[in-house]
Amino acid sequence: MTIEHHPTRRGEFWNGAKDTFPLVVGAVPFGIIFGALAVTSNISPGGALAMSAFVFAGSSQFIAAGLVSGGAPLLIIVLTTLVVNMRHALYAASLAPHTKHLPQRWLAPLGFWLTDESFVVVISRYTKSDPSPYKHWYFLGSAVFMYANWQLCTLIGIAAGQAIPNPLAWGLDFALVVTFIGMLAQFVRNRPALAASAVAGVCAVLANGLPNKMGLLLAAVLGIAAGVIAEALAPPAAVKPVDAGSPAGSAP
Amino acid sequence: MNELLLVAGMALVTFGVRYPVLMLVGKAPLPPAVLRALKFVPPAVLTAIIAPAVLFPRSAQLELSYANEYLVAAVVSAIVAWRTRNVLLTILIGMLALLLWRWLMGVV
Repeated sequence: MTIEHHPTRRGEFWNGAKDTFPLVVGAVPFGIIFGALAVTSNISPGGALAMSAFVFAGSSQFIAAGLVSGGAPLLIIVLTTLVVNMRHALYAASLAPHTKHLPQRWLAPLGFWLTDESFVVVISRYTKSDPSPYKHWYFLGSAVFMYANWQLCTLIGIAAGQAIPNPLAWGLDFALVVTFIGMLAQFVRNRPALAASAVAGVCAVLANGLPNKMGLLLAAVLGIAAGVIAEALAPPAAVKPVDAGSPAGSAP
Repeated sequence: MNELLLVAGMALVTFGVRYPVLMLVGKAPLPPAVLRALKFVPPAVLTAIIAPAVLFPRSAQLELSYANEYLVAAVVSAIVAWRTRNVLLTILIGMLALLLWRWLMGVV
């Protein structure tokens, strides 16, 4: 975390990019793997590039590629994308008190560019107490760097996917799973979150045979319900607040 | 699969989750019940993706066995993730465990 003593727009922008660098490095393999997986999942190179350019949400892009190759219908893929990306509403809700003074021409692009990575970096900038009036330029620097990197890595992955005949033989399909295991450990830090995770996992396995990959949606909803119920039943003192700012080093 | 519709639909719902909350919450905060439920979205969704991918790695056949290298590698990476909270280290060791166990099972 870098703080300017005399903040400028440009200084904040570059500090945002600089502080996001470690997470950009972490996103490189996922961008490449997404590009490679997409073209081996019968998504056209143009479709994969468009997904990275216009959706810009790594984990849901991975899942969409998996669902396309599994033959899931379009509506299910879009619904699954919605559920998987619901966590961004939590990030937006945490950032909103800091960005409410900004005009729409700032909020719309910053909203579009909101990722796990940028959230983690930017929220810690906003919670620093210095009175810089340009903290949104820091947000912009972080977001633009993540976005540019994601497009470039998708392009490299598409080229690699067409060059490597069978990326699954290299265990590349497992990269997303281990990434998510790493992210999951950041979220499961109290009993209600553990209940949400356990119920969702068991339901997803039991519902695996459901048509159209409906199991993921069903398991997610039941898991969320389990978390809410567990938290309501637990004595308030026993529940530590879930730290939304923890999933570092994940795909956007 | 109509890719244009697919990308448009995914883009719409994703932007529809990110932007309106950023725009509206500054003016009126989300109800506490919604915030409480949102907290559990990441653990529920992530586990719902991980569990079937690990236990049904090849087909509709449940593979609850030490011969399932995906399951072994997932357990190894879960331990690393829990102990270190380091995502990159989790990925590295998890991928190594997968390839190593696959090789071992092929040898034995």
